[in-house]
Amino acid sequence: MESARLTARELDEESPAWLCRLGAGGGERRAAERELHARLVRIALAEVRRRSASTPVTGPELDDVAHQAADDAMFAILAKLGDFRGESRFITWAYRFVILEVSAKLGRHYWRSPPVALDAGQWERLPDRFGIDPARHAEAAGMLAEVRRVVDEELTAHQRRVFTAIVVDEIPLDALAARLGLRRNAVYKVIFDARRKIRRALVANGYLDQPGGGER
Amino acid sequence: MSELERLERFLRTDPRDVGCDEAMAILHVYVDLVAAGEDAAGRYPGVAAHLAACGPCGEDFTGLLLAVSNG
Repeated sequence: MESARLTARELDEESPAWLCRLGAGGGERRAAERELHARLVRIALAEVRRRSASTPVTGPELDDVAHQAADDAMFAILAKLGDFRGESRFITWAYRFVILEVSAKLGRHYWRSPPVALDAGQWERLPDRFGIDPARHAEAAGMLAEVRRVVDEELTAHQRRVFTAIVVDEIPLDALAARLGLRRNAVYKVIFDARRKIRRALVANGYLDQPGGGER
Repeated sequence: MSELERLERFLRTDPRDVGCDEAMAILHVYVDLVAAGEDAAGRYPGVAAHLAACGPCGEDFTGLLLAVSNG
């Protein structure tokens, strides 16, 4: 576990000040909370705009996502203030909450106007998914047919559904995780295992070279 | 990179990959190292491998780095 290597760093000047103000009572604490919340809103708005090209969420709904993300991040930060161990700057630790909230909320909001339905299975789009030029579709056809065969015959039903949704239909991973009630890591692990299984089959059947230096 | 290389690269998995949960648990630490110009990937190779392979976690890394860089 790489996280086991974490060590507390010498705190920057700003971090102890945040901890002191947020741990204080009365007006000082309320002022610090207002300042932190304003920063979280600004970060969330910038983040949803940065991601706007890759989500069907648009306009005022996008701003709503940002404000909800900032509110929920603020709540989590205050609840977990005692967990901050000085391994990073306080503000980086705090901003992580709002960035992760933006991701999770955009994943959930995806299903309000999804560009593709779950289980659509648009296999004809797979060459485009990998940017394969139409002129080279015939050359790639054998390998892509083998990918589909492995997906159909060697993946489990759950792996097949997840792989098809993410890779073939390009449903964002966080959106699929929200729809299936899974954690991001659980969906990633399914895709990771499917990639490995498909690669092994392509190597075994001569479509790809054996990797040197271990499984990659 | 040819198109088929893109497919091959997508299918390639890195055994050092720590997965989303661990990468996101220390994302703030990793981002601070990157922002300070330190060798974050050398210190946390499994996180670096994961961020290179996982689109959503890579997006979160980019977003957090921009957030701390832009104030």
